Amino acid sequence: MPVQDYIRDRFFPHIWCPGCGHGIVLNGMLKAIEELGLSKNEIVMVSGIGCSSRISGYVDFHTLHTIHGRALAFASGVKMSRPELNLIIPMGDGDALAIGGNHFIHAARRNIDLTAIIMNNRIYGMTGGQFSPLSGHGIKASTAPYSTIDHDFDIMELAKSAGATFAARTTTFHIKEITSIIKKAILHEGFSVVEIMSQCPTYFGKQNKLGNSFEMMELFKKNTRKIGSNKKLENKNLIERGIFIQKELPEYTNEYSKMVKIAMGKKNER
Amino acid sequence: MSKQKKILHKINRNWCKGCGICVHFCPKNVLELDKDDKVFAAHPDDCIFCRMCELRCPDLAIEVISQGNKI
Ligand code: SF4
Ligand code: SF4
Ligand code: SF4
Repeated sequence: MPVQDYIRDRFFPHIWCPGCGHGIVLNGMLKAIEELGLSKNEIVMVSGIGCSSRISGYVDFHTLHTIHGRALAFASGVKMSRPELNLIIPMGDGDALAIGGNHFIHAARRNIDLTAIIMNNRIYGMTGGQFSPLSGHGIKASTAPYSTIDHDFDIMELAKSAGATFAARTTTFHIKEITSIIKKAILHEGFSVVEIMSQCPTYFGKQNKLGNSFEMMELFKKNTRKIGSNKKLENKNLIERGIFIQKELPEYTNEYSKMVKIAMGKKNER
Repeated sequence: MSKQKKILHKINRNWCKGCGICVHFCPKNVLELDKDDKVFAAHPDDCIFCRMCELRCPDLAIEVISQGNKI
């Protein structure tokens, strides 16, 4: 398997629980990178904290394992100094949108060319199954034994209103979509958000009696539909998958380098 | 001997965690878990080389190889 060439196999078997969706995201992402033919030196992966953020330790790219919620801030810094590199930022739902919510909306607003991959398992796995801003209403968690009373974000709506120029969603069941969407997100010039609904069988699955890993993946199949398919007419509650936003807007590091040129010209005039 | 393509299921037993995702989603029921909860190809001749097991394995523990028409 050529994807093996992209990993640090000395750290395998990885730390994730059996059937954890994060491994499937890793698998699909490596395939996307392989199909794009990117070299390891062209990629910088920056992550924060959480089960999902462990992904940066397993890949043989330039990697930065940073602090909780701040991966996008570090990644923005790398991109500003080396705009020719591809920045990929895998994050958990809590890391991206609770602790890192502010970084998320402003990276989107600036349209800086980063690829944010949000592995949404609706729970804080690493710390023991606390609910997150993506858990949603009526969910059991270790901090909500009688069920949650707050509502969740819709990541696609949030990304859109914050200004992301690419936003797409899929699930760990839809592995080929993971690969094709990540490829498009990496090629997109601007801030791209890829939400991948992922299973945490250990906490979210167990606490909400959703079964094991593949039973949770069956639910992703059953409860989603492709944008534009008429399945939604039958069941209004189906979650949509596919590309929600794909548009061109001036990209931040390009604009910045133009400013640098203008400023340098002015300086030379003096 | 058969002229069929030979398909090999290369399993990394040290990495396989026995989650059963590949077993459950295989369209041809080729795969099973053994007594140690490691996957093996119980019916390799039924494999249609869709490679969905390889693509979905969270542990990068299974690889499906087609050996062409060498036999
Ligand atoms: S706790 Fe949940 S998210 Fe973390 S590795 Fe285990 S299954 Fe995955
Ligand atoms: S999906 Fe991977 S880890 Fe799970 S049983 Fe199959 S080979 Fe093993
Ligand atoms: S390649 Fe397809 S048919 Fe063959 S074992 Fe894997 S999932 Fe089953």
